[in-house]
Amino acid sequence: MRIILVDGKGRERELAAIEGWRVMEIIRDHGFPIVAECGGACACGTCQVEVDPQWAAKLHESREDELDMLDQNYGGEWSRLSCQLIMTPELDGLRVRLADVAVREAA
Amino acid sequence: MTQEAISTDVVIIGAGPCGLFAVFELGLLDMKCHLVDILDKPGGQCAELYPEKPIYDIPALPVVSGHELTERLMEQAAPFGPQYHYNEMVEELEKLDDGRFRVKTDGGLVFEAKVVVIAAGGGSFQPKKPPIPGIDAYEGKSVFYSVKRMESFRNKKVLISGGGDSALDWTINLQPVAQSMQLIHRRDGFRAAPDSVNKMHALVDEGKMQFHLGQITALHGDNGQLTGVTAKGNDGNDYEIECDTLLPFFGLTMKLGPIANWGLNLHENLIPVDTEKFQSSEPGIFAIGDINTYPGKLKLILSGFHEAALMAQAAFKYANPDAKVTFQYTTSSTSLQKKLGVA
Ligand SMILES: Cc1cc2nc3c(=O)[nH]c(=O)nc-3n(C[C@H](O)[C@H](O)[C@H](O)COP(=O)(O)OP(=O)(O)OC[C@H]3O[C@@H](n4cnc5c(N)ncnc54)[C@H](O)[C@@H]3O)c2cc1C
Ligand code: FES
Repeated sequence: MRIILVDGKGRERELAAIEGWRVMEIIRDHGFPIVAECGGACACGTCQVEVDPQWAAKLHESREDELDMLDQNYGGEWSRLSCQLIMTPELDGLRVRLADVAVREAA
Repeated sequence: MTQEAISTDVVIIGAGPCGLFAVFELGLLDMKCHLVDILDKPGGQCAELYPEKPIYDIPALPVVSGHELTERLMEQAAPFGPQYHYNEMVEELEKLDDGRFRVKTDGGLVFEAKVVVIAAGGGSFQPKKPPIPGIDAYEGKSVFYSVKRMESFRNKKVLISGGGDSALDWTINLQPVAQSMQLIHRRDGFRAAPDSVNKMHALVDEGKMQFHLGQITALHGDNGQLTGVTAKGNDGNDYEIECDTLLPFFGLTMKLGPIANWGLNLHENLIPVDTEKFQSSEPGIFAIGDINTYPGKLKLILSGFHEAALMAQAAFKYANPDAKVTFQYTTSSTSLQKKLGVA
C-alpha cells in the first residue's frame, strides 16, 4: 500500500503506507516536516492536506470537529485533516498535497 | 500607560496547567504569585485547544477533561490567593540592580519580583493569520485580528472572515455601527452558538448585511488601506467584494513571542534547564512545563507538575538564601495545613 505526497515545492514522493495508520502518521514517520501540533487529536488543524479531487469521493465525510478545524485553518474545497484519514486498501495510491499551514518552518 | 509596579515574590508567565500547579507548590513555601497570560482564561492548551477532550494520564484521575483539570487546579491553588492577570502579554523581562526582576506587559502592567517562573508552554496564543499574499502591509491599518474598541469601526465597510464564535459575534455586534457588514466563510455551516447563526441569517434576510461563500485570495488597496478583496467561490469562480476593513477570525495558534528577546539561552525555541532546579541560564529565572528542555524531557502535564515541585524548592532558596527548608508532608504537617486553610 502507498500514498503519493506532493510537497510544498510540487515534488512527488511515494510513501509506503500501513493499513490502519493515519495518513498524518505515515507522512510524519517518513520524516516529512509536517507540523501536526496536537498529534492527531483533531485539535490543531496543522496536518492539513489537499486531497486530489479524484480521490475525494472515496474518503468518508468530514465529521463536524474536522470541519471546525478546517474552518480555522483556511481550508479549501478539497482540504482534509490527514490525522482523520485512516489508511484502508481502498485508499491505496491516495494523492495528497501538504497545505502551507502543515509545513514546519525550518527553525 | 505605565502604572506603579506591583511588588511580589513570584511572577509566573503563563497560566497553563504547569503555571497553575506552581502556585500551589510555591504557596506551600509561603511565596505569593501573580500569573500573567495573554488568554482571557486559565488553562493554557487544555482550555484553548481541547477543553472538552478527555485526558487519561493524570495520576489518580482516570479521566478528566481539559476544562475540568483547569477548574481543579484553580481550586487547589485558591488557598494561596494567587492573582491572575488575563489578556496581558509579557513583553519585557529584565534584572534590576537589587537582584529582583522587572516584568512588563503590553497592557502597561509592571511587576517587580524576587523570582520569575516561565511556564509559557508552546509560547503565547496569538491569532492565526490567513495566508493571503501581502496581508502584512494592511495589518493594524485596515486588517485587524481583534476588536479593541467597537467605535473604531463606525461607518466602515467591514468584511469579516471566518465561521466560529468570534466571527459571528463580531458580525452581529458591529453590524449596527458599521456602514456595511459582510461575512465570508468557506462553507454554509458554522462552529458558533446556534443563536448567533440564526441572528446572522436574520440580518441577511432583513437586507442589513451580506453573506458570501468562499475564501479570500487577494487584497486590493494602497498604503495599507484596503479597498476590496478577491474571493474564490466554491464553484471555482472569482468574485470581488468591496470593503475598507477586514477582520479575519481563524482562532489562535502558539508562537514563541517575546521570550526570544529576554537574553536567555534557547535551544530550538525551548529554554534549556537543569533537572535539579529547573533554572534557565539566568539565576532566579525558572522554566517549567512545555517551554523547557532537558535530556529525557516529555511534554506531559505530569512531568510539568514534578518540575513545579522541584522548582519551588529552588526558587524559595534563591529568594531566601539564609532560610532553612524543612521537608514536610501535606498529610501530617499542621503548618502546611494552616496554609491550606484546613487546619
Ligand atoms: C490536543 C492535545 C492533547 C493533549 N493531551 C495530553 C494528555 O493526554 N496528557 C498530557 O499530559 N498532555 C497532553 N497534552 C499536552 C499538554 O496540554 C501540555 O503539556 C500542557 O498544556 C503544558 O502546560 P504548560 O502549562 O507548560 O503550557 P501551556 O498549556 O501551553 O500554557 C502556557 C500559557 O502561557 C501563555 N503565554 C506564553 N507566553 C506568554 C507571554 N509572553 N505572555 C503571556 N502569556 C504567555 C500562553 O498563552 C498559554 O496560555 C495535549 C496537548 C494537546 C494540544
Ligand atoms: S494533527 Fe492536529 S488536527 Fe491533525
